[in-house]
Amino acid sequence: MGLLGHFTYWATVFILMTGLYIVIARGNLVKKLVGLGIFQTSVYLLYVAPGKLIGGTAPIVGGAFSVYSNPLPHVLILTAIVVGVATLALGLALVVRIREAYGTVEEDELLEADAKDD
Amino acid sequence: MLSQHFPILLVALPLIAAPLIVLGRSGFLGWIASLAVTGAATLMAGALLAKTTAAGTISYAVGSWPPPWGIEYRVDAANALVALLVSAVALVAMPYARRSVSAEIGQDRQYLFYALLMLCLSGLLGMTLTGDAFNLFVFLEISSLSTYVLIALGRDRRALTAAYQYLILGTTGATLYVIGVGMLYLATGTLNLADMAARLPDVSDTRPGVAGLAFITAGIGLKFALFPLHAWLPGAYTYAPSVVSAFLAATATKVSAYVLMRLYFSVYGVDAVFRDMPLGPVLAVLSVAALFVASAAAIVQRDLKRLLAYSSVAQMGYITLGISLGSATGLAAAVAHLVNHGVTKGALFLLAGGIALRAGGTGLERVAGLGRTMPLTAFAFVVGGLSLIGIPGTAGFASKWALVSAAIGDGQWWVAAAVLLSSLLAVAYVWRFVECAYFRDPPQDAPAPGEAPADMTGPALALTAAVVAGGLLAAPVLEASARAAAALMGLAR
Repeated sequence: MGLLGHFTYWATVFILMTGLYIVIARGNLVKKLVGLGIFQTSVYLLYVAPGKLIGGTAPIVGGAFSVYSNPLPHVLILTAIVVGVATLALGLALVVRIREAYGTVEEDELLEADAKDD
Repeated sequence: MLSQHFPILLVALPLIAAPLIVLGRSGFLGWIASLAVTGAATLMAGALLAKTTAAGTISYAVGSWPPPWGIEYRVDAANALVALLVSAVALVAMPYARRSVSAEIGQDRQYLFYALLMLCLSGLLGMTLTGDAFNLFVFLEISSLSTYVLIALGRDRRALTAAYQYLILGTTGATLYVIGVGMLYLATGTLNLADMAARLPDVSDTRPGVAGLAFITAGIGLKFALFPLHAWLPGAYTYAPSVVSAFLAATATKVSAYVLMRLYFSVYGVDAVFRDMPLGPVLAVLSVAALFVASAAAIVQRDLKRLLAYSSVAQMGYITLGISLGSATGLAAAVAHLVNHGVTKGALFLLAGGIALRAGGTGLERVAGLGRTMPLTAFAFVVGGLSLIGIPGTAGFASKWALVSAAIGDGQWWVAAAVLLSSLLAVAYVWRFVECAYFRDPPQDAPAPGEAPADMTGPALALTAAVVAGGLLAAPVLEASARAAAALMGLAR
């Protein structure tokens, strides 16, 4: 197997770190949400990839089939995708409201405005 | 018989109520429905607690699909107790909510508030009762998403940024949790917690087992504001509407702490978490840091709700300190503090809501002279404060005493010393309130003396009375906590 055999895991780790980095490093609220979306996407890959067996079929009991792929991770990730979409929608709605209330979506300007409020 | 379906009804009832309230489009109908649902939920949770005390663990197969294939709701002495705390606090907050919500949220949005509160309740109860790791994630997100909106409903525009910050950190935490669950699923091939517990001993020292535990600890730690992952909490509690602050402070972080206990003690088992991996010292150090840093931060706050929020971070430290001992007595003390602090903080935030309504804000300058303008509220607040410190005769004392005895019983003298020393810091931040309320003159524009309306003061005083009752008659809570700890530790092997 070696390193290449685990390439889905390497991809997962790369996407995960990319997303998390964007969340931490970017000051724009919309970009943060983009990072959050990428971060969540890595989980989809983490779950779905190991469910697939090369040459595996859907889990149908029958004489002709002996190698099955696991469908459960797909179902779980469908749920996670729905959660991710809801989170993104809510996050963007909040950003719209923040923009209406503050006139900006940059984190440093928001902090400045809040410091003035105190 | 209907009572056998209580585990699913507890979750389903508020979940069904939420869209119905939205269809009703009336704040009053929403309030009535919420009152009925929280009342029914409290009765059902009480019945479940009584049943688990008498007959042990209840396993409920959702949709009659037998576990481990279907989703199992597994109710024992531990989560029945947490479910009762959550639904009882929601019930007490409901009479309060009517006037408080009318004052803080626009007429056209009130029904949405009640719908969201029901969703949040459903999510928290689902997290508590489910016996399935992925189902837990879904309920975690249901409660979290509704919480973000509830916080954003606050009047101050900073409620929006607080909600956004919580959304980013909360989603990160939930995603870390689901990564951890993914590791465990890959290693064990199951998502049912009891089934996982049976299979984990073979793999708990492998890399997915260890990494899964780390991801879950960080993810759930974010959700219950484990120091230093608490950055979202002060803003969220400060700017949320009063009812939301009280409900969340009493329940949300507590449910997450329960989830951590369940995964540590029931799924991984004491040996894997505290002997094979050094999580005991790690948690202990973070908890002690929380006790001192967050308490010190509470002292310098200039807003009452913010002060209480920092105090919450510190008080969560006592709960994690009890977990970190890794013993039955330590866990029992943690569960007892979970309940007692939930009630105490709920009472204090409800009182703060009354102060916000009457005095026009919760800044400490608005609180000045409160002993004269709102004597009953100020007195009740001091009682709650005494419970935060851990003065004998209050609920906070009973559980802190249990924690100190557990620490001494395990030979952890420094833990006992840290608990006692940090209580002195609690004296300091409670004194800040006492000093403002009793030794300063009311501000020029203070309203005429008078308490908040009775339907707000009543529930707040009822919870305050529960704090005193929990101190004078500590035995029932301590016994229930001991049973909960035994249930948490028993499932594993």
